[in-house]
Amino acid sequence: MSSPQHTNTPAQKHSSTRTLQHTTALQRGNEERFVTEKIHVSTTINGEAVEFLCDARQSLLELLRDGLSLTGCKEGCNNGNCGACTVMMNHLPVNSCCVLAVEAEDAEIETVEGIAAQGQLHPVQQCFLQGAALQCGICTPGFIVTVKALLEQNPHPTEQEIRFALAGNLCRCTGYDKIIRSVQAAAEILQEAKS
Amino acid sequence: MATIFIPAPLQDLTGGLAEVELEAVSLGEVIARLEARFPGIKDRLCDDDQLSPALQASINHVMTRQMRAEVGPDSEVHFLPAIGGG
Amino acid sequence: MSNVIVQPSSTRPRKYNVIGTRPVRHDGVDKVTGKAIYAADLSLPNMAQGAYLRSPHAHARIISIDTSQAEAMPGVLAVATSADLPDPWDKTEELGEGCINYAHLSGNVLARKKALYRGHAVAAVAATDIHTAQQAARQIKVEYEVLPAVTWVLDAMEEDAPLLHDNLFTQTLGEKPTKPSNIGQHIHFEQGDIEQGFAEADVVIEREYRTETVHQGYIEPHASVALWNEDGRLKIWTATQGSFTVRQQLAELLKIPVSKITVVPCEIGGGFGGKIAVYEPPVAAVLSRKCGRPVKLAMRRDEVFEGTGPTPGSFMRVKMGATKEGRLTAAKAWLAYDAGAFPGGMIGPGSMCVFSCYDIPNATVDGYDVVLNKPKTQAYRAPGATQAALATETVIDEIAVELGIDPVDFRLQNAAKEGTRRVDGPTYPRIGLVETLQALKESEHWNSPLEGPNRGRGVACGFWFNAGLKSSAAANVNDDGTVTLVEGSPDIGGTRTSLAMQLAETLGIAAEEVHPQVVDTDSVGYTDVTGGSRVTFSTGLAAHKAALDIQDQMIKRAAELWECQPDDIQVDAGTYGYNDHKQTFKELAVELSSTGEAIVGRAAVNPQGSTNAFSANIVDVEVDPETGKVKILRFTTAQDAGKAIHPSYVEGQMQGGSVQGIGWALNEEYFYDDRGAMKNASFLDYRMPTSYDVPMIETIIVEVPNPDHPFGVRGVGEVSIVPPPAAITNAIHQATGLRMHHLPISPPRLHQAIAERNGQ
Ligand code: FES
Ligand code: FES
Repeated sequence: MSSPQHTNTPAQKHSSTRTLQHTTALQRGNEERFVTEKIHVSTTINGEAVEFLCDARQSLLELLRDGLSLTGCKEGCNNGNCGACTVMMNHLPVNSCCVLAVEAEDAEIETVEGIAAQGQLHPVQQCFLQGAALQCGICTPGFIVTVKALLEQNPHPTEQEIRFALAGNLCRCTGYDKIIRSVQAAAEILQEAKS
Repeated sequence: MATIFIPAPLQDLTGGLAEVELEAVSLGEVIARLEARFPGIKDRLCDDDQLSPALQASINHVMTRQMRAEVGPDSEVHFLPAIGGG
Repeated sequence: MSNVIVQPSSTRPRKYNVIGTRPVRHDGVDKVTGKAIYAADLSLPNMAQGAYLRSPHAHARIISIDTSQAEAMPGVLAVATSADLPDPWDKTEELGEGCINYAHLSGNVLARKKALYRGHAVAAVAATDIHTAQQAARQIKVEYEVLPAVTWVLDAMEEDAPLLHDNLFTQTLGEKPTKPSNIGQHIHFEQGDIEQGFAEADVVIEREYRTETVHQGYIEPHASVALWNEDGRLKIWTATQGSFTVRQQLAELLKIPVSKITVVPCEIGGGFGGKIAVYEPPVAAVLSRKCGRPVKLAMRRDEVFEGTGPTPGSFMRVKMGATKEGRLTAAKAWLAYDAGAFPGGMIGPGSMCVFSCYDIPNATVDGYDVVLNKPKTQAYRAPGATQAALATETVIDEIAVELGIDPVDFRLQNAAKEGTRRVDGPTYPRIGLVETLQALKESEHWNSPLEGPNRGRGVACGFWFNAGLKSSAAANVNDDGTVTLVEGSPDIGGTRTSLAMQLAETLGIAAEEVHPQVVDTDSVGYTDVTGGSRVTFSTGLAAHKAALDIQDQMIKRAAELWECQPDDIQVDAGTYGYNDHKQTFKELAVELSSTGEAIVGRAAVNPQGSTNAFSANIVDVEVDPETGKVKILRFTTAQDAGKAIHPSYVEGQMQGGSVQGIGWALNEEYFYDDRGAMKNASFLDYRMPTSYDVPMIETIIVEVPNPDHPFGVRGVGEVSIVPPPAAITNAIHQATGLRMHHLPISPPRLHQAIAERNGQ
């Protein structure tokens, strides 16, 4: 399953105690215990060097959306259960709502905004369009990122492997059928492009 | 003559009649004529002078809440619960 | 055999150029690249962030609210409670899609004297950032007097049940009650002679059912940005199924004229009926007025579960009788549906749909709308019909088994058709249930064997009305011969394209040459909600008429140009001709743009009939007797679409509704503790189907054209959710021999039933 991979190392470089304390407090909904001292983070987002200041308690999702206006990643649940916030962190899909912004230090982040290159849609995007794999579209960015990651790791997934890899991304509109078919189509196109 | 189907809970006012034939050109007139024959029936169907918001009328498959809605000589009129949709 | 289209020989299909093709949707690129703007994505200069305080109690009197500490916090800009909303008028209004009582709506938006369910909004804060707002909300001190709560529909109907509203008198066409109760409405239908009907039956089956509360589960939480300006104008960007409906609700709740309000519908991340009634827009508006800044108010997921409308849990008793030959003679239903904290749930349509698939000469239906301490229920895709279909379709299955008649044949034998009188009174016009069942019967799925232990196959069918209602459209012909379509139906599932296609078909141009735009309430005529499966039907009709308006103007102008009479001009598939003149729409449009005024088509429609949709399913399941887990092996859904404008998106509606139905059948439910608190307000514990839980959903689109639409369109959005729980329940019976009567048939529930049956 596309369970988010958490790399705590960069955050720990800054202040591991604060980060850990923060995580538990968030769960309790007790943010007021924090002194909000801004933390400086240097990271790479969609190939560009980015620096930002954030609170220890801010999630990567919040930072991307509210801090950097990268609103392509969506908040469906804010606790790791819907996948709408999926971004790539060091080439692995993560639920950005479950990653702290400070963990982006030194990481490579790719969001849905970075997937179409130079005005050219990625085959996954193209296949989602042609396959009518979206209805309301709120889940789509998360799916696009997860699928791209899947096909990079496993260029020939079976239907079951696709379903397993996407099980962390909820879609309430499509019933998944057209999403799965679009992933299969994209896998074929990517394969043809390679050979 | 239009045929008005009387919902079962109103039949205490119509003496058990389930269908009533009457001459009317609009829903408003249907209700007025019913009231003339079966006093009290309007009070059950309407809030002020409008069809109660919990109700709609079906006139030959057309759902309406307009008192002006046209009723033809062969129309079938039903009173139904209002419905929403997702 | 995955997705097929069946045009029954009884219908005469027409040839189209655009309709029936599968163009890429117009808003697609925005949505696959993350550029589409949903309400929560919006950020305005100097925008404040809002957060709610909600009741921790399921039923409590609010003694006092002290906001002083919260207001004193640095960064806090405004606090709102129900005292900031004008006193509501006790007025019920038809809002296109069901009615809303404004006193109730206002009391739901921010609790007044009582908190009626856990999660009921009590106050809200606007602050410079979201964390400050959330912190401040927790500093609001509310003194409650906790009252006994009731969360089960039959308990709430008891004489001595805790009363939610002391001014709620049962609405009924019969004599008005003199005492208040928790029963908001009693519906009663009668047809024929029920005693006589059961006397004629050789087999009579009566069963009781219970279904739990479920949520629409749209992935986008409710969100709005409000800007109440010093000039008294209010502008709201929001996630809604109906921008005009939001405008109307705001005008009533805030007591300001509609002309002062502009509602901008953002892209919407799902609704399924749950984004029609307002929650946060009036609260964001009040906060904005108080702090003089734009305010964003977005819900968290747990707030969506606890504070917005799920759809009713229910208790149902259904009894049906048939002769040996398989003719239904009588049916009786007693239905009690949760309304949630305020009356006006889904019992009306539930009562009308319970027997609507069949021709039954003798029947009675009693339906009760019951208030209790849960969030106010809202529509969810064919609201009220899915619960009712569970009861009817499983009783039908039992009768068919008892009589030894094939379940599809039994349904065909009794299926409603043109002229059948429904139990609630009206007769059907031309409908496609028979054709839908026939298509199912001829499908590869039905004709392939299902083998193996613990496996079973079930079928069921379902009905939903669909709506017509008001829609408006304008269409501007551009200099380059393309057309911009301006409309007001928020696009939840690709309707921009299904409307553009109808316009394109009418004008004889390509779908890609139309640019559909969903615009705000100041920029298009009144348009009812995206709901009731009505957009492709009704707004489609408006698009078609706007195209005809354009065509008329083109003919007149071409006649001037070619110096002939308008009647002399022939139009054929988008080519305008007279003698030697022959021009395509595009050529003519380009020429006309430089020879006179612009060409603007417009239309406003208000079709009133329902378009009567039917759906039927075959489902194969495998039950794990050790765990009670049900695996869906194969699933086919057949549906009468009238005419599929964009077949991919019709299939998408069928597949999406089917999977929601699967979730409803097998996993989804609100768990309450004995104090009325929902225990599973997250996507982890409220378990919706993932891609790993379901197979491909095979579709059969049946096309029995709707006589009331130029292209034969019927609504397709909702009915697909109706049959799945019943079909799955029937399949489980075949797999295990057990008749399950309680949804969801979750692993623990089925496991227990298997254990009890095995005497453990
Ligand atoms: S918002 Fe991150 S998983 Fe749902
Ligand atoms: S398209 Fe709406 S949630 Fe997936």
